[in-house]
Amino acid sequence: MIESDIVKDFLVESYENLDRLDRELVGLEKNPDDRDSLASVFRTIHTIKGTCGFLGFNKLEAVAHVGENLLTRLRDRQLTLNPEITTALLSMVDAVRQMLGQIEASGQEGGRDDSVLIATLTGLLQPAVPAQSEVVAAPASTFEAADVPLNEVPLNIGDILMQRAGVTPAELLLAAEKQKEGDPRRIGEILVEQGAARAADVVDALRIQQSSRGTAISDSTIRVDVGLLDKVMNLVGELVLARNQVLQFANRMKDTSFLAASQRLNLITTELQEGIVKTRMQPIGNIWSQFPRTVRDVALGCGKEVVIEMEGKETELDKTILEAIKDPLTHLVRNSVDHGIELPEDRSKAGKNRTGRLTLRAFHEGGQVNIEISDDGAGLNADRIRKKAVERALITGEQGSRMAEPEIFNLIFQPGFSTAEKVTNVSGRGVGMDVVKTNVEKIGGTVDVQSAWGLGTTVRVRIPLTLAIIPALVVTCGGDRYAIPQVNLLELVRLTGNQIRSGIEMVHGAPVHRLRGRLLPLVYLSRELKLAADVAPATATAKDGTVNIVVLHADERQFGLVVEQIHDTEEIVVKPLRKQLKTVKIFAGSTIMGDGRVALILDILGLAQLAGVVTENRTRVLPEKTMEAREASGAMAGKESFLLLAGPGNSRMAIPVGTLARLEEFPVAQMEMSGNQWVMQYRGQILPLIRLNAVLEERRGRLRAAGQALPALDSGPIQVLVLHHEGRLFGLVVERILDIVEDWADVRSAATRPFILCSLVIGDRVTELLDVPAILRGADWSAVRPTPEMKAVEVANQVAN
Amino acid sequence: MAQTSQFCTFYLDKLLFGVELKAVQEVIRSLDMTKVPLAPAVVSGLINLRGQIVTAVDLRRRLELEPAPPGLLAMNVVVRSDDGSVSLLVDEIGDVLEVDESSFELPPETLRGSVRSMILGVHKLNDRLMLVLDTEKACHMAEVAEINAAG
Repeated sequence: MIESDIVKDFLVESYENLDRLDRELVGLEKNPDDRDSLASVFRTIHTIKGTCGFLGFNKLEAVAHVGENLLTRLRDRQLTLNPEITTALLSMVDAVRQMLGQIEASGQEGGRDDSVLIATLTGLLQPAVPAQSEVVAAPASTFEAADVPLNEVPLNIGDILMQRAGVTPAELLLAAEKQKEGDPRRIGEILVEQGAARAADVVDALRIQQSSRGTAISDSTIRVDVGLLDKVMNLVGELVLARNQVLQFANRMKDTSFLAASQRLNLITTELQEGIVKTRMQPIGNIWSQFPRTVRDVALGCGKEVVIEMEGKETELDKTILEAIKDPLTHLVRNSVDHGIELPEDRSKAGKNRTGRLTLRAFHEGGQVNIEISDDGAGLNADRIRKKAVERALITGEQGSRMAEPEIFNLIFQPGFSTAEKVTNVSGRGVGMDVVKTNVEKIGGTVDVQSAWGLGTTVRVRIPLTLAIIPALVVTCGGDRYAIPQVNLLELVRLTGNQIRSGIEMVHGAPVHRLRGRLLPLVYLSRELKLAADVAPATATAKDGTVNIVVLHADERQFGLVVEQIHDTEEIVVKPLRKQLKTVKIFAGSTIMGDGRVALILDILGLAQLAGVVTENRTRVLPEKTMEAREASGAMAGKESFLLLAGPGNSRMAIPVGTLARLEEFPVAQMEMSGNQWVMQYRGQILPLIRLNAVLEERRGRLRAAGQALPALDSGPIQVLVLHHEGRLFGLVVERILDIVEDWADVRSAATRPFILCSLVIGDRVTELLDVPAILRGADWSAVRPTPEMKAVEVANQVAN
Repeated sequence: MAQTSQFCTFYLDKLLFGVELKAVQEVIRSLDMTKVPLAPAVVSGLINLRGQIVTAVDLRRRLELEPAPPGLLAMNVVVRSDDGSVSLLVDEIGDVLEVDESSFELPPETLRGSVRSMILGVHKLNDRLMLVLDTEKACHMAEVAEINAAG
């Protein structure tokens, strides 16, 4: 149906125009004298109005008409733009948008009543010139129906008439004067009436004007159906695969002319691929363009002054991704204005500019797109978040006091969390940030937040460029190839000969590798895929007598994936798996390799879950790290990692790995005495040291004086567990570190002595779990640092316990 | 005039099966197959059908027949299903037969179990019986998963 096509075109065009309108109106508010913007706004509204009249959407036309009247006043400087007028115009834009939505859905305008809006808009006309009181739905004049406003930039109708029809500047001026005096007619009409021009000339001039305006846009761009683009994209994917095949073949053939031809094919394909990928790419500015409006509305709503700045608008992203991040970004922007930026008075008090600054930044980095939303507002209040999280039972007080600031900040992405003191209609209802996180993760992105109290907050969203073609590392296992998405890849480790035996150690049956001093749990791909009978760890897995470890990260955990062979990285075309294989969580999709065979793409997070590196629970980031949380929630599922160490009298003790910042080994000579506290210089700060044996034995009634004795200088290096507690680092000196194990640890009994939380069975042996905060408390702090801070910690811990 | 319909026939463990010709996309010889670890057992693997990745279903296993003798190069009968193309692995391809509707009969009551749901009925040919396979059911993977879980 021709008419429905026209309507469709009208809708597409109008939506685009409306988006531009939002932007321009907000821009105009700041700079009311920008004639070009005003003319463009006027033109947009006029076009919508004209087309509506033509298509018979009378209500829409009525609204656009009063808007146009108001804009005419503004353009003729009879009115100046003020926030009131801007708001009215913006609500007109909204009304138009709603009606368009209605038309799109049902083909009808719907029975809405816009009389209030029309009255408001009309009311705003009055103060300056009460003369022109043509209100609702004056039928569009014939000239307007032709969709051509007569007097406007870029090519003025008067200019055309002067050039072509011999109209003198004086006549034109006279006509313009008349129009200013309130003559509602167009320049052309007035000129014809004055006898300065013939009606035919005016019509000619109109045609010229129209064509001059038309060419600029229609010649350089065309509209393409996204479905068609998707299809072309798929075909190019196939071409890339065929190209890969041809290249492999050519390399075997040793035929130079064929090789040359295939190289050429290679180049062209690459360029074609880039070109096609580009057609789907859109600048992020496309979705940012609505943010000035969003910011304005939210800021006005909560009485704040905010300017928005954008950097990297031209950064391009795949259309699908762009659509997927639109809502999360909008939420983040609203959040920043609503919660991040303070009220003007508060800002003045804090010595800041009354106007808050919201900065959007987008840039490419490492094959990903980074988007930052920063404000220079109050920043996140770690204590408040902590308190709130405890209130909402997201964490226990114990955990809260143990968590470092960045961890605390990222709590805002937990479901059911909101820091807003009061719930506003914009945000603060406890939904949102977790949805943001979920949506971003859905497209393979990550989100995190950084904040400095009093200085502002930055939320960083990292997302892949495109979903269709990704770089991946190809590995072999059990004779088949598997692709590992590069985003999960950290590094590759290759062990040969003796390194195999010394490089892979066992922690009660769980193989680990020491990677720069940290234990990296190893996962054998063949075992996880059940391809081979259990490979004996610490034996070569590849035919050439080596062990290849791919170091991966999933959900902020690192693990080593042992594979048979590591090949190259390749650009692969991701093909989704069919329904029948969707149940296999370990694969993210499939792809076709250069030789035409199908290879599966590993889902690293799924693999990590299968292997138990991360637990499946969504809230794994926090609770898995501490026993208390699990006790509190009663959830006993999921393994935990413990660091095992030898306590006094060779007893086995454990600390949850999550409480550790680092494991270090220092020569005894590095220990220094400060007051009567042993300390050590560590990464630019003073690390107070506590000897575990001293703390434990002290309570056994030994002499206190012996408590903090220094180990003999000639003894070997000391093992230090660097712990993070209340934003500070402490060193716990232990006799010997045994292992890091992962265990269910659900058999437990009450503690039998101080500084012990409980006894557990870890790896078939009874192990005492250390109560780290109690140990820090129990160490003779008062002599060293009688700070009120420590008292606060104590109080907090008591409350928590 | 008697109604006739066309069937693409194939053999599985010496049984003659037929699928409606219009459901068949193509028949191709054995292709390189990529195993899918941890997948349901009836999924033999993935094949590259001119750039399209197609799941291959081990029809013998699906119909609870004896496993194929070693060395048998299975043929692919690629059928259209509501979830894209699926390849059914069969022993041997037979002729395209045009059969009379009147020779059709429902499967005997004694045919039980999950197999029954996949056999629409039987055409009585002159010298033998042709089992009519419901391709949609045969490709239906929810059921496949169950079978896998059970066995």
